[in-house]
Amino acid sequence: MTAFIMRRLLWLPVLLVIVSFITFVLGFYGPGDPAEVRLGTRATPEAVERLREELGLDQNFFLQYGSYVWDFVRGDLGDSYIFRGRSVRELVMPKVWISAQLGIAAMLISVGIGIPLGLVTAYKQGTWLDTALVSLSLLFLSTPVFISAPFLILFFAVNLGIFPVSGWDGFFSTSLIMPALVMGTPGIAGMTRLTRASAVDVLSQDYIRTARAKGLSEVTVQARHVLRNALMPIVTILGLSLAGLVEGAFITETIFGIPGIGRLAVDSIFSRDYPVIMALVLIVATVFVLANLLVDLLYGFLDPRTRQNLDGYGRR
Amino acid sequence: MVEGNLNSNVDIEGVEAEAPPMERSRGLWVQAAGQLLHRPKAIFGIAIILILYGGGILAPWLAPQGYNEQDLFAVRQGPSAEHLLGTDFVGRDVLSRTIFSLRTNLIITTASVATGSLIIGVTLGLMAGYLGGKMDTLIMRVGEVFLAFPGLLLVILLAATVKPRVLDWVRSFEDATGIDGLVQWGVADYLVIFGALAAFSWVGVARLVRGQVVSLKSTPFIEATRVIGASTWRVMFHHLLPNALPPVVVVVTMGMGAIAGAEVVLSWLGIGIQPPVPSLGSMIREGQDVSILRNAPHLILPPIIVVGLLIFAWNLLGDALNDVLNPRRQG
Repeated sequence: MTAFIMRRLLWLPVLLVIVSFITFVLGFYGPGDPAEVRLGTRATPEAVERLREELGLDQNFFLQYGSYVWDFVRGDLGDSYIFRGRSVRELVMPKVWISAQLGIAAMLISVGIGIPLGLVTAYKQGTWLDTALVSLSLLFLSTPVFISAPFLILFFAVNLGIFPVSGWDGFFSTSLIMPALVMGTPGIAGMTRLTRASAVDVLSQDYIRTARAKGLSEVTVQARHVLRNALMPIVTILGLSLAGLVEGAFITETIFGIPGIGRLAVDSIFSRDYPVIMALVLIVATVFVLANLLVDLLYGFLDPRTRQNLDGYGRR
Repeated sequence: MVEGNLNSNVDIEGVEAEAPPMERSRGLWVQAAGQLLHRPKAIFGIAIILILYGGGILAPWLAPQGYNEQDLFAVRQGPSAEHLLGTDFVGRDVLSRTIFSLRTNLIITTASVATGSLIIGVTLGLMAGYLGGKMDTLIMRVGEVFLAFPGLLLVILLAATVKPRVLDWVRSFEDATGIDGLVQWGVADYLVIFGALAAFSWVGVARLVRGQVVSLKSTPFIEATRVIGASTWRVMFHHLLPNALPPVVVVVTMGMGAIAGAEVVLSWLGIGIQPPVPSLGSMIREGQDVSILRNAPHLILPPIIVVGLLIFAWNLLGDALNDVLNPRRQG
C-alpha cells in the first residue's frame, strides 16, 4: 500500500513537468507579444524591446522554460504580465479559495439531490416514478451552464429580484445560490444513475432480505444497509466529477462575474497572461492527480478486494 | 491477412466457416436494433437527432435565407410570416441561422468523435490491452497526462494559440492550389476545434476498450485464435474488437452529446467557429445579455432549445442503448 502511494506521488512531479512543458510550448509559440499587450498600441518599439528584456522574453526557449521551472521549484510562480507588479501567487491564491467554495456548494447540490433520487428510483424500479425521475435526471444532464444560467438570471434576478444578477459575497450569501445551482445540476444525473445502478444491485442481495425478514423498518434497511453498501461506486465518481466542476467553473464564473480561477483562466487566455495560465494549469493538474489518488485509496479502503490491483498497467 | 503465411490463412478461413463468431455478433446487433426500436426513449432520441441533424445537412435547401443575408428593414423583429423566428440585431433570419448552425455542429461533432473516440481511442485501447507490457504503460500514461490537464482549459488554450498558425497554413494552401474561399468558409476554425476536441476525446474510450480487452484476452476463444496462427492485427480487429464494442457504443453515443455541447461552449467563449459562419454558441452569446433577454427573447430561445434538445436526445439514445447492450447493469 505504501509503495503504491509512493509510486503515485513520485509520478506527480513527472506529470507536472510534462503538463507545464506542453503549456509552455503553447504559450511560447502562441500569438501575441505580452510586452506589446501590456504597453498598448501606442508604445514605441524601443519601449517594447526594453520590456521584453526585462521580462526575459528575449531569451531562447530552453532558458525561459528552465528559469520558469527553477523559480517554480522555489515557490515563485512569477509575475503577472497584465496586472502590473502583482505576483501570480497573490493573484491566484484568493481566487482558488473562492472557486473551491463554489465547487463545494455545487457538489453538495449534486450529491444532496442525486443520491436520494437514486435510492428512490432503485426502490421504485420499474414503476412510472422510476422512469420519470431517471428521465428528469437526464434532462438535468442536458442543460449545460450556458443554457440554464440565462433562464435563472432572467427569472430569479431580473423578474423576481430575489438573487443578485452577478457578483460574489462569500459562501453564506444569496450570490452563491444561482451559480452553485447551475454548476450542480448537470452532476445530479450522474449521481442518480450511479446510485440507482448500485442500489439495485445491493437490493437483490441476501442480507437485505435478512434485514427485512428480521423486522427492520424500510427506512432503517435503506439507510443502514442499502445506502452504506451502495455508496462505494459513488465515491469513485466524486473524483471524476471534479473535472466536470472545474470545466463548469470557467463558464459559470464568467457569466455570474465571480472572481474565481475559472474566470481568471478565461481572462488570462484572452489577454495572453501566460504566467497566470501556467500556474492555473499546474494547480488544476495537481488537484486532479491528488483527488484521483484519494479516490483510489478510499476505494481500496472500502472494498478490500480491489487492493491487489490498484496500479495494474503493463501487467500481462 | 496479407502478412500471415498461406497455411494459417487457409486455417483461419476454415475455422470461420465452421464456428461463426462474426455471425453471432451480427446477430447481437440486429437483435439490439430490434429491441431499441421498441423503446420510446430510443425512438424519441433518434427522431430528434434525425430531425435536427437532417435539417443541418439540408441547410442550403431548407433554410429560407442564407445565414448571412441581412434584411436591414427588419432588424430585431419578433416572429412573423416572413421571418418565422424573427430576425437578429443586423436583420439576419434567426431560423436560417439556427439551421446552418446545426450543420456546423454536425460537422465538428461527427469529425471529432469519428477520429478522436473511434479511430484513435479504439485502436490505442486495443493495442494497450492486447499487446500489454511497455506499449500498455506508454499509452495509458500518456492518457493520464491528458486526463490531468483541465480539458476545457487546454482546448481553449489550443484554440487560442494554434489557430493563427492553422490560418496561415490554410492561406498558403489556398495560394498553392488556387482553391478560394477556404478561409472565408471557416475551414481553419473547423480544423482547430476538431483537432482540440479529438485530442481529448480518445482517452476515455481507450481506457474502456483496454479494460474489455484485458478481460477478453485470456478467454479460450482468443487463445484458440492465436494458437491457429492468426496475426496480431487479425486477433485485435476481427476477434477482440467486435466483442469489446457494445459498451463503447454506449459511451460514444453519450459522448456525442458532450462533444456537441463542447463545440457550443467554445463558440460561446468566442474562440470556436468565427463569424460570419453561424454557430449555436455565438448565437447564445449574442442573445444572453440581460436587456436582450428581457426585450427580445426570440433571439436566444431557438439556439438554447435546439442545443438542449440535441444533448437530451443523445443522452436518451445512449441510455436506451445501455439498457439494450448491457443488460447486466439493468435493474
